[in-house]
Formats: sequence, structure tokens, C-alpha cells
Amino acid sequence: MADLAIRQPLPLETPLIEGQPTYGDISRDVARVVESRPPRFWYIALAVSGTLTLVLLGVLTHLVRTGIGIWGNNQPVGWAWDITNFVFWIGIGHAGTLISAILFLFRQRWRTSINRAAEAMTIFAVMCAGIFPLMHTGRPWRAYWLFPIPNQDLVLWQNFRSPLMWDVFAVSTYFTVSLLFWYVGMIPDLATLRDRATTRIRQLVYGLLSLGWRGSARHWSHYEKAYLLLAGLSTPLVLSVHSIVSFDFAVSILPGWHATIFPPYFVAGAIFSGFAMVITLMIIARRVYRLEHLITMTHMENMCKILLATGTIVGYSYAVEFFTAFFSGNPYERYVFINRVTGPYAWAIWTMFACNVFAPQLFWFRMFRRSIPVMFAVSIIVNVGMWFERFNIIVTSLHRDFLPSSWGHFTPTIYDVLTFAGSVGLFLTLFLLFLRFLPVIAISEVKGVIPSPGGKGGH
Amino acid sequence: MSRLYGVVAEFDSPEALVEAVRKVRAQGFTRLEACTPFPVHGLDEALGLRRSPLGWFALAAAGVGVAAALLLQWWTGAVDYPLVVGGKPYFALWPSVPITFELAVLLASFATVFGMLALNGLPRLYHPLFEDEEFRRASDDRFVLAVEATDPVFHATETPALLERLGALAVRPVEEKA
Repeated sequence: MADLAIRQPLPLETPLIEGQPTYGDISRDVARVVESRPPRFWYIALAVSGTLTLVLLGVLTHLVRTGIGIWGNNQPVGWAWDITNFVFWIGIGHAGTLISAILFLFRQRWRTSINRAAEAMTIFAVMCAGIFPLMHTGRPWRAYWLFPIPNQDLVLWQNFRSPLMWDVFAVSTYFTVSLLFWYVGMIPDLATLRDRATTRIRQLVYGLLSLGWRGSARHWSHYEKAYLLLAGLSTPLVLSVHSIVSFDFAVSILPGWHATIFPPYFVAGAIFSGFAMVITLMIIARRVYRLEHLITMTHMENMCKILLATGTIVGYSYAVEFFTAFFSGNPYERYVFINRVTGPYAWAIWTMFACNVFAPQLFWFRMFRRSIPVMFAVSIIVNVGMWFERFNIIVTSLHRDFLPSSWGHFTPTIYDVLTFAGSVGLFLTLFLLFLRFLPVIAISEVKGVIPSPGGKGGH
Repeated sequence: MSRLYGVVAEFDSPEALVEAVRKVRAQGFTRLEACTPFPVHGLDEALGLRRSPLGWFALAAAGVGVAAALLLQWWTGAVDYPLVVGGKPYFALWPSVPITFELAVLLASFATVFGMLALNGLPRLYHPLFEDEEFRRASDDRFVLAVEATDPVFHATETPALLERLGALAVRPVEEKA
């Protein structure tokens, strides 16, 4: 009964869900998104994103047939847009699990309206991320060499002392666990869709996907335990994944990469960019599908606060990097940072500062936190800035290292641009298909945070 | 041929269901199933359900993950094909931590999810309760209590009457396809 008391909102608290909907209203409002014909916006968006996905397929086909020389990377900049894009997408993929797991453990009940879509976003972002290292290997058909599978053509084992192998394990574990978490969370809602289904095909598909769920108290008891455990497992997992991604850089000895602040700095940046993407997508989805009473201004405002907090941590990390370079007394380390702000790529770092450090500071003001146009603009700006952050870390560190005789300059080719644009297309296509066919809001969880009709306080 | 599976009673709020379960249990009923659209706290206690043992499943799987990962990294790196890379030792604990951690989390998550499904007897394509057309509202806005006919205290007319007295909106028998 103590738990029941916790779930009832305090009388003074602003309701999380607006308009005092009943349980039936919530099922209907969320199911409506998949049960009715999609709005015209959906078709237009799918046409655009689908075209970009085809571009991606075309570019990757060309890349596999020709070789990664079609991209602009070359010595000394062996990692360029491809790894920038990888880290960019992996970072975006961090908000979903953060919302699902960490906010769940902290009992932040406002997460219930946005966690499903954020988890979906995570999975699609990690899929986009996976493309880049896979293609960067140059021979993607040998990708199984990355896993310790005994085989005839590779007589030695993987080097488990290398951070790149840690990364393989971290990213594949993260993808698998996020997928499980997302699917488990969706089972009760798929059952709701099954029970509402009017056509045979829907009954069959949602029936199979919901695995025969009937919402029995025994089911819920094991289910809630499983959810809690997955949240507990995902919390250190999500922190470990971007820490390990940062080890790809930090464990090397290259000036500009070899820094102890990298793991927390990368994790904060990942959450920052992920929340920015959630804000972008949610602003569109709640408007197009008229879900403003379920994904309310309070939800949006809370996300803006997280953007402000993580953006400030990111700004602090930039400052620490510069200070460490100065304080280390190491001429190579110092040069990298002087080169970043004054060298050939200086425009990129100033873009990064403006987008990541200054733009989110608007959210100190309530007026801006509750303005949809402002938060939409800032969320896009932040993602542009976070892309540039990775570009700066990778390209400006690589292009001028210890020996001036081996310095170089990187310029992207049209294929770099098209691969990135194509991955954006794939991401949006998957997200649009998710909106069309799966419950976009966690129906059963939202029902748990609205007042019960039989509750003592009533509505 | 069909036989009686039991009776279902619909309630419109979680509190009414929990109250009904308490009273029905006080009458000595044991073969009950309460179905709700979201987890209702207090229902487990009312039904006298035991705590889920899933935590132990996850812990055991995490242990297997740790052991398997350390064994893998040690055996491949130091025994089967020792190779000097960057002057580093063939096997050491610290550089083995990331993969060990990831594998422990991966196996614990599998154990949690598949353990949850196994304990719930899922996937299951058929259940007698699905015979009841109105049962589908248990995933929407109804709180359903099913009393199985195999319950020793079950009575074909008195049990439905009892459920109605407890404030059920509707009480219906459910036939099971043989």
C-alpha cells in the first residue's frame, strides 16, 4: 500500500497529464496514432527520408565495390567523417536509455510519456552508428572477425587489449540490451493494440508480438521485477558505452585525445545530444499526432532543463581540456589546442562553442524553456554543435600531431556528405515507421501516473 | 465440447479490484487471476503472491558472464595464441574490465527477459480468458478478477453472486474450448 500512496500525485503537484483523461482515453489517444490513416505530413516525411535511405544504399554499394578511398580520409587523417558520424549517432542513442533507466530509478514519473519514443530513437541511432565502423573496416563482409568466433580464415584471436575491441563489445551489448528493454516495455501495450484490433492481420501481428500477455497480477509481478532489473543493468551500461567509446581516443597517445576527462565528458555530451534529438522529434510528433495533453509543456520544459545542465557540463569539460593542455606544459598538447582555436579548422571549434555552450544558456529563462520555437531551434543547433565537437576531436587532433613533416589537411568528398545525409534518412525512416506501427507512448505506464477513478482524492 | 473455466468479474478501478480480491481470499478462494491494464500496487499482497525470484536469475547469469569473459580473454590472449602487442602483458585484469562488464550485463539482461517470460508462461497463444469477448478491456480500462471453476470453494451460482455483491460491474461465466 505504501507504493500505491507514492503513485498518487500530491494535491499541489501539477498533473503530468493534462485534461484529466480516463484510462480508456489514454488507450484510445495512443492507439489512434497507429489505427488511423497517417496524416499527410507522415507521407511527405517518409518520401524525403526514404529517398535519403536509398541514397545511403547507393553510396554504400559504391563504397563496397570501390573501397573507402571514395571518402576523404587519408593519412594522417585516417578517421574523419565516418568516425565522427559513429560517435555522433552513438551519442544520440544515449538519451533513450537514460530516460528509460536512470530516470526510472530516480522515480521521475514524467518520463512515462516520452520513454517509448526515446528508446526507439536510441535503437535507430545505434543502428545508424553501426554502419560507419562497419564500413570503415574496408571489408565489411569480414565483420565477423570482430567477434571471437573460431574460423578457418583468421588463425589468430582478436586483441582484447585494444579499446577498439572493447568498443565492439560495448556497442553490441548496448544495442541488444536497449532492444530487449524497448521490447519488454512494449509487450503490455502491444496487447492493448491486439485487444483493440479490428482486422485479422492486426490481431495476428499484434497477437504474436504481445506473446499472449493478459495483464495478470502474476505477469505484472515478474514484469515489474524484470523492468527494474533491466533499468538497474542499463544504468551502468549506458555510462560505460560512451566511456568506452571515449577510450578509443583516450587510451591512445595522440595529443588532444590522451585525456583523462574523456569518459565523463563524452557521457555528458552524449546525453546532451540525445536529449536535443528527443526534443526535436517530440516537438514534431506531439504536434502532428495531437498528443500535446500527454507529452505536455512540463515534459518539454524538463527536457530543456536537462539540456541546460548537460550543456553546461560539456562547456566545463571544454574549459578543462584547455586548462589541462596549458597546465601540462607539454608543447605538443598545447599546440593542438592553439591550433584548434586558430588553425585551419578554427571555424569548426567556434561553431561548436556557440552551439553547445552558449545556445542552451537560454534555458535559464522559463520563457524560453516553454517556447516551442525556441526549443526546436536550440535542439537543432545543439545537434549541429555536437557533430562539430566530434569533428574537432577527431580531425584537428589527427591532422597535426608530433611531426610537422607528416601534417596534412582533410577535406570531405561528396560521398562523405551523402553517407551522412543517408544515415539521417535511415534514422528518420525507421522513426516514421515506428510512429506508424508501434505504440508511441507507453500506455500502461501513463495509466499508472494518472489519478484513479476510485482513488480517495478522486480527480 | 466446452467446459466451464470459471467466472470473470469486471471492476472499474484498481481500488475496487484490490478490495474484492481481499474479500474473496478471505472466503477461502485460492485459484484466482486478477488482470489489469497496468501494474496495481497492493494487488500482489492481496493475492498473496511471492516475490519474483528474477533477481537471482540475473545475478547467476552475471556471474557466468564475468567468468566466461575472463576465461575468454585469458585463454585467447595468454594460452592459445600469445602475441606481443605494444609490449603489453598477455593478460591483465584492468584491460579486461570493459569486456567483462559488458558480457556480465548482456547475460544478466538475457536472463532477466527470458526468465520473466518463462516464469509468466509466455509466449502463450491461447488462454481460456481470451474466450470472453469483454476480457479485452482488461488491457484498456477494466480491472478483471477471474475465479477458476477448479477452485475447491467454487460454486456455479453463489460465486457470481458474491462477486456482484463486491461491486463488480458485470459478472460472466467463461467457457473453455476443450
